[in-house]
Amino acid sequence: MNAQDQKRIEQWLKTTLPPMGPGVELRHDLWPAVLKRLEARPPAMPWFDWVLLAAAAAWLAFFPGAIPVLFYHL
Amino acid sequence: MPVLEQPSDVLRQFCHGDLDAFEALFRGHQREIYGWIVRIVRDPAAAEDLTVETFWRIHRAHARFDPMRSFGAWARRIATNAALDHLKTTRPQADLPNDLSSPTLPDPSISDELRRKIAGAFRRLPPQLQVAATLALIEERPYQEIADALGVSTGAVKVRVFRARRFLRKELKRQGIEL
Repeated sequence: MNAQDQKRIEQWLKTTLPPMGPGVELRHDLWPAVLKRLEARPPAMPWFDWVLLAAAAAWLAFFPGAIPVLFYHL
Repeated sequence: MPVLEQPSDVLRQFCHGDLDAFEALFRGHQREIYGWIVRIVRDPAAAEDLTVETFWRIHRAHARFDPMRSFGAWARRIATNAALDHLKTTRPQADLPNDLSSPTLPDPSISDELRRKIAGAFRRLPPQLQVAATLALIEERPYQEIADALGVSTGAVKVRVFRARRFLRKELKRQGIEL
């Protein structure tokens, strides 16, 4: 791709998706929303996640040789 | 974009989980963070939600912040990650909102159809390339600033911008548009 092509792509992009102007201002204070989010209880871990975790732990306990394979795939 | 620096005692208190210090930091940076996010996601409503999400992540990670470093740069990096996560989950089916268009009139040399195809190709960019292209090509932010926000080198940003351009060219060519 030559410099002219690069310039044309940039020009088309800017025309299609103009830069955000200085008019893009935050319209209201977000502190109440942040406080609400902080006060929200963290979601509980679903029961099937616990089952999966227990199954994985049991599997690794019975087959410790699988631990390096697990780390490899992680 | 200005990076507001805070007195070190506020940063230290924030590190210890002080809510007043966190609020002071929030008030000093919410506009800057919102402005950064809205440039990436181009959607004011999503940017507001992501600003809240960013400060929630910041609060959650308060113990990991080094008060000797710039809070603004750290916050912007977290904001960029939140915006990236948003792009990964919402694209490419979501339309780019057009209520943020600049007041300038559309370029008459580009047809509506071409504009639509360019916007479509842009939406199909992988999120990491889309962020780099948005900040570098549309917003014209310095490469160093983008690199800091993404946590990569300036070389990596240049590579992403190059790949984004190449992707767009291929996508447009696929739709019968030659440069």
